Amino acid sequence: MEVTIATGRQRGVRLIGAAQRSAASAPSAASAPPQLALSLALPDGSSLVPVVRIGEYVRLGQVVAWSPDCEGTPLHASVSGQVSAIELRDAIGMSARMPAIVIDNDGRDERDPGLIPVADYTLRSAEELLARIEAGGIVGLGGAAFPTHLKLAPTPSTPVETLVINGVECEPGIQCDDMLMRYRAESMLFGAQVMLHIVGAGRCVIAIEADKPEAIAATRTAVKAAGDARLSVAIVPTYYPAGGERQLIEFLFGTQVPAGGLPRDVGVVCQNVGTAAAIATLIRTGEPLVSRLVTVTGLGVAFPRTLEVRLGTPLSHLIEECGGYTPDITRLIAGGMMMGVALPHDALAVAKTTHCVIAATAADLVPRGPAMPCIRCGDCAEACPSHLLPQELYRHAVEEDDAGLARFGITDCIECGCCDAVCPSQLPLVSVFGAARRQLQVNTVTTERRDLARQRFNAHTQRLAVEQAERQRRLKERRPAGRKDE
Amino acid sequence: MLLVLAMLVPAAAADVFWFGPGLPIQIVIASLSALLAESVMLALRREPLQPSLGDGSALVTAALLAFALPPLAPWWVAACGSAFAIVFAKHLFGGLGRNLFNPAMAGFALLLLTFPAEMSRWSMPIVVASHHLGFTDTLTTIFTGVPPVAWDAISSATPLDAVHSGLKTGATLQEVLARTSTAHSASIWSSLGILLGGLGLLGLRIIRWPIPVSMLAAVVVSAGLLNAIDPGTYPGVLFHLTSGATLLGAFFIACDPVTTAASHRGRLWFGAGVGLLTVVIRSWTAYPDGIAFAVLIMNLFVPLIDRLTVPRIYGHAR
Repeated sequence: MEVTIATGRQRGVRLIGAAQRSAASAPSAASAPPQLALSLALPDGSSLVPVVRIGEYVRLGQVVAWSPDCEGTPLHASVSGQVSAIELRDAIGMSARMPAIVIDNDGRDERDPGLIPVADYTLRSAEELLARIEAGGIVGLGGAAFPTHLKLAPTPSTPVETLVINGVECEPGIQCDDMLMRYRAESMLFGAQVMLHIVGAGRCVIAIEADKPEAIAATRTAVKAAGDARLSVAIVPTYYPAGGERQLIEFLFGTQVPAGGLPRDVGVVCQNVGTAAAIATLIRTGEPLVSRLVTVTGLGVAFPRTLEVRLGTPLSHLIEECGGYTPDITRLIAGGMMMGVALPHDALAVAKTTHCVIAATAADLVPRGPAMPCIRCGDCAEACPSHLLPQELYRHAVEEDDAGLARFGITDCIECGCCDAVCPSQLPLVSVFGAARRQLQVNTVTTERRDLARQRFNAHTQRLAVEQAERQRRLKERRPAGRKDE
Repeated sequence: MLLVLAMLVPAAAADVFWFGPGLPIQIVIASLSALLAESVMLALRREPLQPSLGDGSALVTAALLAFALPPLAPWWVAACGSAFAIVFAKHLFGGLGRNLFNPAMAGFALLLLTFPAEMSRWSMPIVVASHHLGFTDTLTTIFTGVPPVAWDAISSATPLDAVHSGLKTGATLQEVLARTSTAHSASIWSSLGILLGGLGLLGLRIIRWPIPVSMLAAVVVSAGLLNAIDPGTYPGVLFHLTSGATLLGAFFIACDPVTTAASHRGRLWFGAGVGLLTVVIRSWTAYPDGIAFAVLIMNLFVPLIDRLTVPRIYGHAR
């Protein structure tokens, strides 16, 4: 894989030779494993609360866990069978073990009778459809897993003009979006129409990367067949991270989402193609989010492909579906080559955020030489999609200078890894920035707490002093000065 | 780093053609001195010799310094300058990536201030010199400090020197330029060699366009303006571009990433400052060429430029 800095209006990197090894056939459904583990972990580190008991029989599509504080969306059983355990398990991308519901699959796929389709969505109110989407457990399938109903919820102050359906793969090598557009474009467009109805936007742009001609052709055909003038296709040049929501909006409309704001602030709502297709399934069949497309790639797996996988499927089962490991497998990665995380073992289960699994061999991995001093060449700044100066951030991070880090915008770092990939001195920039950012958060909280404690202490001391003075005054009043000498 | 050295080859070839084999010898002396100084400093700082010694940065410093020296300068001139560049300008500031001043130019400035006589004995172009020094003669001259013939027979003023001192004697600019025309054509050939190497650096994306473009633009504008005001005193744009170290400065010296501004916009300001100061120093100070001092002065301004040119972060108001 060769990395060069993107030029012109694009800020990022081009990854030449980033493998497209899984482009073989239409995504088929992976077989359901005999046992699944549905992780209750949410991206922010909290977890859902189970609503089933051990030993209980659950049906496909039945709610098994939900979020009492509405931080996440409900989780549904992806097979029918018996809950055999609710226990702590390793989860992808989590440093601690998180609760998971283990279901023994009875192989019958008995559907929950409560799942009913929506006959004509145009007759339903936005609120009703949003409630359905929430109940259907639908989250952003691009990887962030943000609850879709929250993203679509109306905000009167910021009307939505444009719905962007993001078909730009988050990272090179991942193919779930590509495959979805190639083979399920009609379903994706239906989902887009439902969302247009909900947000009341006048147009919908489906953004696709230029190097995906099949997806472009299939989507164009589907748009024509839909005969909906609100739908259009936009071609985005192939660079990373073109699929980032903010980067995509900047490229498509030339406007930047304000810092700390949302795409809504510039009249845009962005949704992943997979999310659109999941909404289509929910409306048409009533089936909640119980499976997703996962790309399995890398030279470390025999037959790389993109599969429709039930949530909770162990990665080991997924790898077996793809012909097993090749002998030279060296590392298992969840996510893409740029932002993915290395996994400790393959007993982890597919979650709503799992879009890609890379079974990497040494040939897949970019070898990393020893880190050399920064020579301030500025390549990192040229590649940074957030327009930061990583070389300055690095200097301040090494010096642990929080003020400097804040001044150069550490909180605006999206940890995409572009700077890291182009650094001629092979500095581990992203991991340094990630650590610095988290440290900065900790320091900010600590400072706040300390200030609060100091304020409290000062107030307390002052109050004591006032009380003391008051007591003395009263004492004096009670014993007039004259009598004191007697 | 080694590619930078490779891109200096065309200029070195032109130099050897016009002035004899002095330059390669100076490069070797400066390089050996630089590597020795680098090793000693790394040892004193208790740092491993590798990979620092092998990164080629000391060699680039040495080569750039050697380009700025008279080809027949005594060996200790190159050795001193090179050692000073590595020890004082580089390692005492914290080593590679932390130096405030361009090491090669710091070394050159030291030499110019300390050994003015040796630093002003520039070789006469071979075509006009009455005596042609071969490789052995050159080597002997450099290491003994005594040339086989009188210095006058083999040395002459550089075009910038000629203009600088000629104007003081009352000659018109045109007379001076006519006198130094051979030396100037030699200088043009070297400049073409440097331009070729510089374009190579740009093509290989080792350097970026902002500094060369802004620096040369500043030279063109300021020199052009002066020339338009008083053509009898101030030489034209082309003369400024092709004499002295203008192009070497634009493509090889000012582009040293460590000692320039961080952002694109900052680098434009940095280059423009170097270009402007070069013309100012050449026109109104005691020094015929101004690249070294211009670069060093602008190095001082880098922290300020960096502070004023932080790019607008995505999504933030300007």
